[in-house]
Amino acid sequence: MFGLRTRLMLAFLLVAAVSAGTTAALTYREARNAVLQTAQDTAVTSFRDHVQQTAFALPVRGGEDMEAVLRDIARKGKPHPWVVFAEYGSVRASSGENPVSTVITPELRRAARANPHGSFERVVKDGVPYLTIAMPTVFKTGPDSLLPSGLVLYAVMRMTDEQVNVDALLIAARDGALPGLAVALIPGLIAARSVLRPVRKLSQAARNMGSGRLDTRIPVRGRDELADLARTFNESAGQLEHSVRELREAEERARRFASDVSHELRTPLAGMLAVTEVLDEDADHLDPDTARAVRLVSAETGKLAVLVEDLMEISRFDARAAELNLDEVDVAEAIRKTLHNRHWTDGRVRTDLPDGIRARLDPRRFDIVVANLVGNALRHGSAPVTVHLRTEARSPGPPVLITEVRDSGPGIRPASLPHIFDRFYKADAARTRSAGSGLGLAITRENVKLHGGTIRAGNLSEGGAVFTVEIPLHAEEAGG
Amino acid sequence: MPRVLLIEDDPSVREGVELGLRRRGHDVRAAATGETGLAAMAEFRPDLLLLDLMLPGMNGVQVCRQVREHSQLPIIMLTARGDDFDVVIGLEAGADDYIVKPARPEVIEARIRAVLRRLDDSGPGRPAIEVYGELTIDRVGLTVTKAGRPLALAPSELKLLLHLCAAPEQVFSRQQLLEHVWEHSYHADARLVDACVARLRGKIEDEAGSPRYVQTLRGFGYRFGPL
Repeated sequence: MFGLRTRLMLAFLLVAAVSAGTTAALTYREARNAVLQTAQDTAVTSFRDHVQQTAFALPVRGGEDMEAVLRDIARKGKPHPWVVFAEYGSVRASSGENPVSTVITPELRRAARANPHGSFERVVKDGVPYLTIAMPTVFKTGPDSLLPSGLVLYAVMRMTDEQVNVDALLIAARDGALPGLAVALIPGLIAARSVLRPVRKLSQAARNMGSGRLDTRIPVRGRDELADLARTFNESAGQLEHSVRELREAEERARRFASDVSHELRTPLAGMLAVTEVLDEDADHLDPDTARAVRLVSAETGKLAVLVEDLMEISRFDARAAELNLDEVDVAEAIRKTLHNRHWTDGRVRTDLPDGIRARLDPRRFDIVVANLVGNALRHGSAPVTVHLRTEARSPGPPVLITEVRDSGPGIRPASLPHIFDRFYKADAARTRSAGSGLGLAITRENVKLHGGTIRAGNLSEGGAVFTVEIPLHAEEAGG
Repeated sequence: MPRVLLIEDDPSVREGVELGLRRRGHDVRAAATGETGLAAMAEFRPDLLLLDLMLPGMNGVQVCRQVREHSQLPIIMLTARGDDFDVVIGLEAGADDYIVKPARPEVIEARIRAVLRRLDDSGPGRPAIEVYGELTIDRVGLTVTKAGRPLALAPSELKLLLHLCAAPEQVFSRQQLLEHVWEHSYHADARLVDACVARLRGKIEDEAGSPRYVQTLRGFGYRFGPL
C-alpha cells in the first residue's frame, strides 16, 4: 500500500502521461500523415505527368530504347529520385540495374490493372520504406473513357527522408512528453504537500493528544474539507480535554477524600490504640459481659489501625507519593529476617533461599511483600508454606529476581484469580470480613510495581496456590 | 524509669499515650503546645522528649530546633502524617528517631528504650580514648572533641559515630546501622541513617561536601575512615 503522497504523485503522473501521450500520438499521426501525404501526392502527380508526357511505341520491346526512355523519366523523380520499371506482357525493363523490382507487390500490380489513373502503395522492405507507384499507360478513347494499353510503368522511390522526418517527429513528441511529465510532478508535489501538511499536522497533534497533551490544537486554514477536519479535530480535542479534566478532578477529589479520611481517622485511633493495653490488662477484673465488650473494642481498634494504615499506603500509591528507597541487600538474608520478625520460624514455613543473591530493592517494601504473601498463604491456604528464591536471565532486559510463595491449601478458585489483587476483594464470598484489611494484596502489587516488577497468582497442579513476584535484579526508580 | 515529656496537641492522643506510658511505669508530663512544653522542660527535666510534628502555633520542627540549640536531649518525633517530607524535615532538625501514629504503647516504649540505651561496645583491651585525626573520642565518658573543642552530639549522632569508629574502615549498610544503632528490628526507613549522617558530618567534618571521617560508599553504606 503506497502512501498518500505516492498515490497523489502517481495519479498526477498518470493524468499527465495520458494527456501527453494522447497529444503526442495524435500530433505524430497527423504530422506523419501530412509529411507522407505530401511526398506521395507530389510523387504520384509528377510520375503521372511524366508518364503521360512520354510517348511509348507499342508494342513495347525491351532493350536500350526502352531503358533510355525509363532513365529519362527516372531523372525527373520528385521529390526524391526514383527507379522506373516498365512491364508489358512478359517484357521487363527498368532504369536501374535490375529489370524487375523486388519491392512491387502483386497487390499493386492488380491495382494497376484495375485503376487506369494509377495507384500507389507504401512498402517497407528490409527496414527501408518505399513508395511504389503504378501508372498504366492508356489510350484516350473518348472524353471520359480510357483504355489501358497494357504497358504499366512503375516508380519505386525510397522514402528515407520522410522516415527520418517522421522519426524526428516521434522523438520530438517523446522528448516533449517527458519534460511534460516531469513538469507535471511539480503541481503533483504541491498538491500532495497542501494535502499532506495538514494531514501530518493532524497526526502529530493526535500523537500529542495520545501522549497526554490534551491542550493540543491545530490551526484551521481556509474553508476546504481539510479545514473542516481540523475544526472537527479541535472540537473533539476540546471535548476530550474537558471530560478528562472532569474525570481527573473527580478522581483527585476521591483520592484526596480517601486520604483525608484516613488521616482524620489516625488521630482518634492513635488515642484509642494507646489505651488498648490498659483495657486488655484490666478486662480480667471486670464482669464477663463488660470484659468481652472491652476485649472486642481493643481487638477491633487494632484491626482498624491496620486498615487505616493500609488505606494511607494505598492513598500514597494513588497520589504517586510512594517513594522507593533502594538499598543493596542480600535477598535470602532479607527474607529470613522477614520470617524471623513475624515469628514464622516454627516449621510451618519452609525456605529454599540460595545464598549470595544480591539485589537493589527497597528493603522495607520487600519485607511487606514477602510478609503479606506468606501471611496470606498461612491464613487462607495451609501449612507448609514454601518460599523459593531464584534469579533468571531475561533477554531482552535485565535479569530478574523471582520470589515464589506456595501453600498447601486448596488453591484459589479460578473465578477469583483475575480479581485477587483488587482492593477489598473477597475471594471467599462466605467471609464477611477478612482477617486482614482487604488491601494486603493490592498494596503488595503496588509495591512490586514500584520496583518495576510483576506479580501473578496461580494454582499448582498438585494443589495449593502459588504467588510469583518478579523484580528486576537492580530495580530503578519506576517513577513512583 | 525514664521521665518523658510529651508534647501533643490532640487531647485523645495526649491522654492515651500518657495513660499507656504511665501504666508501663514511665513518669510522663504532657503539654498541649510547643510553647508550654518548652516552658515545662526546665522544671520537669525530662530524660526524653516525645514530640508531635503537627502543633498549632510553634510546630514540632521548630521546637526540635530550639531544644537542640542548647541540649542533647533525646528526641523522638510522633508523626501522624506519614508524609515523608515531614519526617525528613524533623530528622534534619535533630530528632533521633520517629514513630508513626497510631502506635501501641509497647512500640513507643521500645523506641524510647532504644534511644536511651547506651551503646556498650567498649570491649576489653580497648582504650577508653581514641584519637582519629582531629577527633578525640572518649568511649567511656561519651564525649567527642574536635581539635580540643567539645562537640555537642545528639544521642543518635554519638551512637552512630561510636558504632562506625569501633570498626574503622569497615563498611556498614544502612540496614545494619538501623538495627545496631536504632534497634529497628523491622525494616525502617534508611533516611533515618542518611539524615543522622548528614547532621553528624555537619559537626565533625571540616567540609561537609568532602567528608573525611564518615565516608559514603555508594550502593553499600557508610564507613569510618580511612583517614
